[in-house]
Amino acid sequence: MYSKDGEDYFVVDSHVHMWDGSDENQRNIHGAEFIECFYAYHRNLSPEEYVWDFRKYQKYTEQNFMTDIFENGYVDHAIFNPAALPAFYKNGFSRDLAQDMARRSPERLTYNHNFDPRFGEAGLGRLEDAAHEFGLKGVKVYTAEWHGESRGFKMSDRETYRYLEKCQELGIKNIHVHKGPTIKPLDRDSFDVADIDYCATDFPDLNFIVEHVGLPRLEDFCWIATQETNVYGGLAVAMPFIHTRPRYWAQIIGELLYWIGEDKILFGSDYALWQPKWLVEKFVDFQIPEDMQGEYGEITVAQKKKILGLNAAALYPHIEVPEHLRLNPATTEAEPVGALEK
Amino acid sequence: MTATSTRFGLIEDRAWRALSTVTDPELDEPLTTLGFVGKVETDGRVVTATLRLPTAFCSPNFAFMMAADSADALRTEFPEMSTRVELEGNADSERINSAVAAGVGFADAYPDEASSGLDDLRAIFRSKAHLASLERVIARLVSIYAVVPELLPSIRLKDVPPMQEREALVRRRSDLGISIDDNAFLLVNADGSPWDTTDLAVQIRFAKATRISIEGNAHFCRGLLRTRYNEPTHA
Repeated sequence: MYSKDGEDYFVVDSHVHMWDGSDENQRNIHGAEFIECFYAYHRNLSPEEYVWDFRKYQKYTEQNFMTDIFENGYVDHAIFNPAALPAFYKNGFSRDLAQDMARRSPERLTYNHNFDPRFGEAGLGRLEDAAHEFGLKGVKVYTAEWHGESRGFKMSDRETYRYLEKCQELGIKNIHVHKGPTIKPLDRDSFDVADIDYCATDFPDLNFIVEHVGLPRLEDFCWIATQETNVYGGLAVAMPFIHTRPRYWAQIIGELLYWIGEDKILFGSDYALWQPKWLVEKFVDFQIPEDMQGEYGEITVAQKKKILGLNAAALYPHIEVPEHLRLNPATTEAEPVGALEK
Repeated sequence: MTATSTRFGLIEDRAWRALSTVTDPELDEPLTTLGFVGKVETDGRVVTATLRLPTAFCSPNFAFMMAADSADALRTEFPEMSTRVELEGNADSERINSAVAAGVGFADAYPDEASSGLDDLRAIFRSKAHLASLERVIARLVSIYAVVPELLPSIRLKDVPPMQEREALVRRRSDLGISIDDNAFLLVNADGSPWDTTDLAVQIRFAKATRISIEGNAHFCRGLLRTRYNEPTHA
């Protein structure tokens, strides 16, 4: 929980990692390139005092995580959204330790597994096993993952649909889809969010959380999210602009509030890319600059409370929000204009 | 780069100028101002340009377009010399460099992953670049010239006062083959057809989101490039 100016904020970090990008774990040059690329994001967008040295960044400890997230980071509940990356890392990028940590602290940590539809029948079986083992409420899907010669897949592929059907059957409601920077593919645009339009329509009982708000293609994401009631936006990667380019950040959050609305935006630090402490502090202090308020209006305390935690808690009902940290329904704002005018 | 009066200096200057006509299709900015041209070298017979991108995982499709366009620009500028383009530090550098050197298309370089060339993708980003550029003109008209948004559908190019944003828009329209005649309407789609203005406010808003999206990419790319190559940041 974070408190400022007499307001208390319940904080859910909807996107955290426990990764291993160490030299020993790298399968090939791409493993080195990947963690270096992540490190560049970390260094470029973090306040200086939060920048780690590279060795620590490659493989940090459970203690680092618990301190940065819960002790210093104001987070009440954090959700692991692991990236497997078996083509780059011997034991995968995400450490199995995350699973143990979630098992040991279920009141504070939720573990989402991941799937890759290109594993076919065998992968479906593994998803089922994982669902039972971890009591999965969500999964992370990384559509740009390498697999043999393939450099990615679509959420609208037939094979993916079989996995989504399985998720539905197993009660895995929340599908976090990485649509953001760092990647590869093909003759098509890898960041294209059009595939979300299909799966969101065809699986109305599932929630699709587009991580990084499809940032390289923000406009397409906004458009789709206004058409589909079950599409959400995760702020990981977008929010750090609050430090380096606050006016630009104002435009991003302003557009998101306009198009998809305050109920569908989720805070996520993408730890250890960035640390929740400074993101939460800066976000609570943030206001749309005066000269932009004509267009975007002001961002309210209630909106910040929803974005920082209440929206994620609504998608993951096992996360209990103490009574006094909930919002009075009367404080709910009007519908987003984008949704009204669709 | 510093211009010298030697023969080599002149060649290098010409090469930089030629490369300044090549844009990143996603960011709609010249490679030279983005810092994507690392160096240009010549021994008097061969001109070599080294391209560098912000991360090793920059999409090979866009990287390929930039490398191929750079190769074309150098070949056109130096028909009498050998030219080379080297993309450094991309996860797919080798594949892209050899394909560009051999002059083969993207589909041939990625036979298992690409079912066609990059023309469609390029068209999508030209269209986005046009929309973003149009939004910049609209924003100026509304904020500086107090144009009421409802009037925008009736505005023609001749009504738009001279300004940098207008010039940029005219360039985008030329790229797309859209009329730049004085009497041509301002609000047109990438195929030249007039906007459907039933939802004008939402249309303008979408154009704005497109502009913000492209600018966000550029912020990321510039910042990451500087971080990667340890160059000073000036935000």
